[in-house]
Parts: sequence; C-alpha cells; structure tokens
Amino acid sequence: MSVNFLISQAKNIQIVIDENAAEIEALDQNIGDGDHIFNVQRGLKLVVELEKDIKNLTLQKGLNMIAMKVLSGIGGSSGALFGTFFMSMAKTPDLDGNIDFNKACEMVITGINAMKERGKADVGEKTMMDVLIPVSEKLNELKSGNTDMNEGLSEIIKIAEDRMLATKDMLATKGRASFLGERAKGHIDPGARSSQLIIDTICKSLLNK
Amino acid sequence: MKKFINNVDDFLKESLNGFGKAHSDIIKVNFEPNFISRKTKTKEGKVSLISGGGSGHEPMHGGFVGHGMLDAACPGFVFSAPTPDQMQAAAEHVDSGAGVLFIVKNYSGDIMNFQMGAEMYSGKNDSIITNDDVAVEDSTFTTGRRGVAATVLVEKIVGSLAENGGSLEECKKLGEKVNKNSGTMGVAFTSCTVPAAGKPTFDIGNDEMEFGVGIHGEPGRKREKIQPSKTIVNNMLEAILDDLKPQKNEKTLLFINGMGGTPLTELYLVYDDACEILKSKGIEITRSLVGNYCTSLEMQGASITLLKCDEEILKNWDAPVHTAAMRWGM
Repeated sequence: MSVNFLISQAKNIQIVIDENAAEIEALDQNIGDGDHIFNVQRGLKLVVELEKDIKNLTLQKGLNMIAMKVLSGIGGSSGALFGTFFMSMAKTPDLDGNIDFNKACEMVITGINAMKERGKADVGEKTMMDVLIPVSEKLNELKSGNTDMNEGLSEIIKIAEDRMLATKDMLATKGRASFLGERAKGHIDPGARSSQLIIDTICKSLLNK
Repeated sequence: MKKFINNVDDFLKESLNGFGKAHSDIIKVNFEPNFISRKTKTKEGKVSLISGGGSGHEPMHGGFVGHGMLDAACPGFVFSAPTPDQMQAAAEHVDSGAGVLFIVKNYSGDIMNFQMGAEMYSGKNDSIITNDDVAVEDSTFTTGRRGVAATVLVEKIVGSLAENGGSLEECKKLGEKVNKNSGTMGVAFTSCTVPAAGKPTFDIGNDEMEFGVGIHGEPGRKREKIQPSKTIVNNMLEAILDDLKPQKNEKTLLFINGMGGTPLTELYLVYDDACEILKSKGIEITRSLVGNYCTSLEMQGASITLLKCDEEILKNWDAPVHTAAMRWGM
C-alpha cells in the first residue's frame, strides 16, 4: 500500500459510486433523508483532488491529509466515520517500511475498529458496520493464516455482498433509520451498500492485477 | 425543483453571506471553517454556548446567536451534520475561559461530529444532547429519540442562565431539565427538496400526512389520511401528554413550530386548537411561542412542543434576548 495506491483506488471507487448513485440515493430516501450519497461523492471528489498535494508524501502523512480532508469536507455520519477510519489507519505502527498484504490488513482492521468505536454500532443494527465488521474479521483471519490472497479477496467480496443484502430484513437500532421501527424492514441500508461497493471495487482491482 | 439558487454548490455559502449582511449588527459569519458568532467578544466568566447541525432548519441555529442565547452556531451542508473543525474553531473563537457547552440534537451524525470537535478542543467543555421527539421510542440500546424543536427552548433558557453567570455545570443541568421537561410531535403534509438532490425527499399523496415526521422529512410513526386540524392536534397532544404526564394545573409553555411551508395563519389555528384541548385536560398554558423556528426547508407541516415550566425555567425564558430570530426585553 502506498499513497498512489490510495489515490488510484479512490478514482476507481468514484467511478463505481457514481454509476450506482441513483440506487444508493433511492435506498436512503426510503429509510433516511437522502444525504448519504452526496456525502460519499463529495468525499471521493475531495480525496481525488488531493492527488497533487499528497502523491510524494509518506503513507502516514498522506493518510493524515486524507483524514483531515474527509473529516472537514464531508459532514454527516459518513464524514466522521470515514475520517476516523483514515486517521486511525495512519496511527498503525511501523508504516515507514514496505506495506505488505498483512500490514495492509492490519491497517484496515485498525481503521474499522475505530469506526465501530466512534459510531457505537455493531453488527445487526442495519448500518455500514454490518458490512465492515465481518470484512475486518475475515481480514484478521487472512492476516494470521495461510490462505492464498486471491482466494481470501474472493471470500471478502462474497462476505461484503451477503452482509449488505442481509441488512434488508433488519430492524435499525442505530443511525437515521432507527427512528422508523418496523418500517425500516425490507430496505437495504444505504451505508451498507456504499461500503460493499467500495470493498468490492478494491478487492476486484487487486484480483485483476 | 423551483428554488432561489444560482449554483447548487454555492447555495450554503451565498445564504450565509446574506445572513451575515442582514444581521451585521448582531452576528458575524466566519468562513472556512464555517461558523456564526456574536459580533462582540464573550464577556469574561461567561460560559459559551455553541450549537449547530445541518442547514435547512433556519432560523435554527444561526438565528439564535446573540445576547441571551447562543455564542456560536456551526452550520453543516443542508441536512448534514457540521464537521469537527467547525466546532473546534467556533470554540476557540468564543471561549472566554469559562468553558463551552455544546448543545447537540440527537442524530448520529451530529453526535459523532460534535464529539470529535469536543475532543479536538483543548479548553474546558461539556455537551448536552436534546431528544424531545416523542414520535420515536426511547431506548438505551438504540440511537433513541430525535432532538427537534425543543432545542430552541433549551438554547433560549440556558442562554439566559449563561448570560447571568451560570457555571458550565449549572448550564448543563438546566439544559437537561428543559430537555427532560419537553416533548415534541411533528406532522408533515408535503415533502421537502434538498438542493443537492433536486427532487422531493419522499412521496406523499395529496390527501395524506406523515404523523411523527422528523426535521429532515424522514418518516415518522405512520402515514395517514389528512383529518380536521382538531383531530390532528388532539392526536399530537395525546402522544406528548402520554410521554410528559404533566400534573393537573402544571404550568406549561406551548410552542407551535412551523416546518417552513405552512403559513402563520394555520399555525395560530393550531395554537387555538391546542389551547382548547389542553384547557379541557386542566393543563395551564403560561407562555407561548408560535412561528417557524426549527424548519425543514419548504416542508408543509408543524410540530407541537409542550414544556413543563418551573420558576427557574420561566425566569430564564422571560429574560431579555436579542438574536436574528428572537428578540424581546431589549
């Protein structure tokens, strides 16, 4: 992992999110207030625009710049959560050397743990954490095991999709949709969908290498 | 979408510009990061009150910055929580050393961003979270109830105490009492259109209303056919009284709040209905507030807030206030 890797991933993700923007917006209008997709799009645009400022920085400095940009430029729950994600990733020890797959796993796990802490949400509450926590758990398994990386990435793609779809039948207990009670059932959580698309994009780009 | 817009991306900035020019005698608008502060510095020893939230609820919160109310307000994008750097900058700008009390509506985005802002601010600070909306069931295992129109009352009443030298602890305590003593229920007849979305947030039939709506057009308890005002008001009050359980002859403040698209004529009609119903239940209305204070863009609808008042609350409610949206006694 490097700053250039992060920027190129942000560009890939931007394309996929834009392609699926109408769907995510519709999901949010069903059970939220419709701001999620605009926040995600604004955040991706800001990160992509950072390229010239951060491309020569160390990974830690680059991540911190991304974190501050995301934190101050997005707003809403997404801004706080993704800002926390990048800020915590930057705090992973030993980021100076080469970042191999295991180290990258460790960084993402650290980031997702911090999001869980900030949002005080766990699996089963119909939020983006329903996708992110199981992905983080799988990364932890991959990091310490002997699974082939490609096989692991394919499994993560599957986990993210299954968990995203599983939010459909959940009652929401956290976030904007929690105010709906039973009426939130039958709708996929927009945050879970955008998170799944992000994970799907990153994993697929690594598989195609 | 029919709105006064030049460019969607400039919507907030241009609106804040206008607000700053229109009320330059009271407030100042600061940009990057965005916050509205009083024109004058906080006097020494006075606790600073800072609130904020997504834009689109005007005059909340910028319209409540001024003597006897807030020291600063942090506006986010329309219906999106503001960012931590805004709260940090506002706190650094207004704190005179007596500390900062953040007043936060119970929405996940607001809670997280204010928490981070408070962590980033090195001075003494504390927070109160409003959650007056009785449409949603309260629970410690969930996000719980929404913070809506009673936030206006909290800001006014605590603002007076802070102005008169109340400590950070005393201000927090009073704010929590006002929040606990109030209940709100909202109804919407139409949806609202977020400028960035360009289309209404939800579909609603010509003869339908959303009972228990939130302040972003997020759905409430149920979708119903529209009924006569008396019936709607009665149902709203029942939900509030069920929750607040006021004593017979208890003094209350009755607050009829417009969502942005309902004329004052109708809000006063709602006030009349509410007075009659409360009178029949032996509840005394000693103070009133009617108008558009906590809005949802151009949504048609209204919320009713009832606040149980003791002497401390009444005294601080009556105290002088001079802000863009509320002014009396000075």
